[in-house]
Amino acid sequence: MKSIQYIGSASLAWLASFGRGGLFLFQVMFHKPKSLSSVFSLLFKQIYSVGVLSLVIIIVSGLFIGMVLALQGYTILAQFGSEQAVGQLLALTLLRELGPVVTALLFAGRACSALTAEIGLMKATEQLSSLEMMGVDPYRRIIAPRFIAGLICLPILSIVFSAVGILGGEFVAVGWLGIHGGSFWSLMQQSVFFSTDVVNGIIKAFCFAIATTWIAVFQGYECEPTSEGIGRATTRTVVLGSLSILALDFILTAAMFGDF
Amino acid sequence: MSNNFVDIQNMSFYRGDRAIYKDISIQIPKGKITAIMGPSGTGKTTLLRLIGGQLKPDSGDIFLDGKNVPYLSRKDLYLVRKKIGMLFQSGALFTDINVFDNVAFPLREHTDFSEEIIKDIVLMKLQSVGLRGAAQLMPSELSGGMARRAALARAFALDPELVMYDEPFAGQDPISKGVVVALIKRLNESVGMTSVLVSHDVSDSLSIADYVYILSGGNVVAKGTSEEIRQSNDERVIQFLGGLPDGPVPFHFDAADYQLDMNMHVNDGGRLK
Amino acid sequence: MRSKQLELFVGLFVVLGFISLAYLAIQVSGLRTIGNNNTYQIQARFDDIGGLTERAKVSVAGVTVGEVDNIVLDKELYMALVTVNIHSDVTTIPTDSAAAILTNGLLGEKYIGISIGAEEEYLKNGDELYDTQSALVLENLISQFLFESTSGDNE
Repeated sequence: MKSIQYIGSASLAWLASFGRGGLFLFQVMFHKPKSLSSVFSLLFKQIYSVGVLSLVIIIVSGLFIGMVLALQGYTILAQFGSEQAVGQLLALTLLRELGPVVTALLFAGRACSALTAEIGLMKATEQLSSLEMMGVDPYRRIIAPRFIAGLICLPILSIVFSAVGILGGEFVAVGWLGIHGGSFWSLMQQSVFFSTDVVNGIIKAFCFAIATTWIAVFQGYECEPTSEGIGRATTRTVVLGSLSILALDFILTAAMFGDF
Repeated sequence: MSNNFVDIQNMSFYRGDRAIYKDISIQIPKGKITAIMGPSGTGKTTLLRLIGGQLKPDSGDIFLDGKNVPYLSRKDLYLVRKKIGMLFQSGALFTDINVFDNVAFPLREHTDFSEEIIKDIVLMKLQSVGLRGAAQLMPSELSGGMARRAALARAFALDPELVMYDEPFAGQDPISKGVVVALIKRLNESVGMTSVLVSHDVSDSLSIADYVYILSGGNVVAKGTSEEIRQSNDERVIQFLGGLPDGPVPFHFDAADYQLDMNMHVNDGGRLK
Repeated sequence: MRSKQLELFVGLFVVLGFISLAYLAIQVSGLRTIGNNNTYQIQARFDDIGGLTERAKVSVAGVTVGEVDNIVLDKELYMALVTVNIHSDVTTIPTDSAAAILTNGLLGEKYIGISIGAEEEYLKNGDELYDTQSALVLENLISQFLFESTSGDNE
């Protein structure tokens, strides 16, 4: 009996927090910025810490994943005599799926957890409270710049990831495994359509950006202002963010590449 | 126009089922230093948040300079907040910018002053708390006492009409404490600011307060000038002021009979009976 | 100043993003300069289009000269009416050319291959190719083969 009660109250609490999150998102998106220049200076700082600092991990991961894809793809395709198609395999897999998804997962782990911890710490040290008491909207000053930075950075990072991955794959396929460079590229070019594959990949990345950054910022804002509270919130950001990326990926893939 | 800058009337505030405040009324007179004291856990910080509009009471009114805070729109609330400054217990300086920028922050946000004027004001404020030389340091490089003084400079950067201090004396060495006490007194006299300080440090609070409230259990237990409080006959006041370990606030947490507890048997499974 | 350095890095970051995007566009997806809005339309009716889809390529002698724009069912003749966009600089396709639906490789996608005829009149916008060959549907081929082989045995 008690466990059923617990499930009930937990679901209600979960729904309530989802509602709060929705209101939070609404408030973040529709707050009034003070002036354009102030928006930019805050935003730049955030883009730096969220985007530029994530470049290293994205580039290194992209490189390795591209190389592994080319290697594995070659091994399997060679069984059918279709090694030439490895370029196609590499490009389509990266552009449509791995680029946006892996970048988003890495982003959720690195940048989003940092966001949650930062905002949580501000809450714990009463910096958010003092902002409020000074009549400054914490949404405008703290939350919104971070949110917008996430929306801008993740698609860019995803593009860089795919590009670097393809470069890495080319190095393995053409430079190492001996596939003819010309056919590698021409087959790839024939099968990759900018307007569907590349653009859809970017759209996916953008959707992931909204989901993960929203979760990150919300968790930080809502967390308990204690050290365990911040730790729990950070973990929740990474877990919830990753799960929502994967779930969204399925929905978006079905919508974009399915035949409905 | 009443003589009270803050007028709390019949306010109640619950946290879940627990009543933090039950139908209390508190008046903070203008231009004076009012101390709000009480044992820890009575929700004194909560009171400051209620006055500042960060929390909404479940019933009752809180008038701040004539305006009823719980009913203000978000925009009006932010306008009202420009008139009050708050010094948090931890100082709450923004850790990503230096001391100068911290104090300049409210000026840059709420005024159109040029950087020249802002620089002058900031340096003046820092001078009055004795930290002008530390203007370029980052908050992480300050000692606790210095951080609190910097936060104080920030709290009255806009020359507010009301300043609220949350435990300004807590955890400070005697010298820092003395500095804070002197500053609070001096600010109040020179500018005619209304000050509210929340504390459980009896001697320091009583030494500068004009008016005192003692809260306990969500109610006002005593109020009056510091003289009146010092001479009060109320048990609870005496226990609090004298720092007596036992009295109306009991020493023992609610527990079963001592004798019975001592005669317990250790049962199978190691459970105490 | 620290913020100048910051802005520099952020700017580099965004530029890197654009370079990557350009790389993906040109090198990876073979996006050509989009001056090919100059096309004219040809129609052809097929009995069976097989797996032909819109945007499939149309080629002459193996060179891509256009793409399939639209496929609808002609409800009077019950044939597939395929509308094709041909690049404007390919003006010399004779009116008696044949259009066949071919397969790219063994299991590849379907495309339209045009075999050049002998007429001296050339196709213009809105013309129709009447000589068409439907796609080879694998099942029909197999059943045909089985039928022939069994009837062959019976004789």
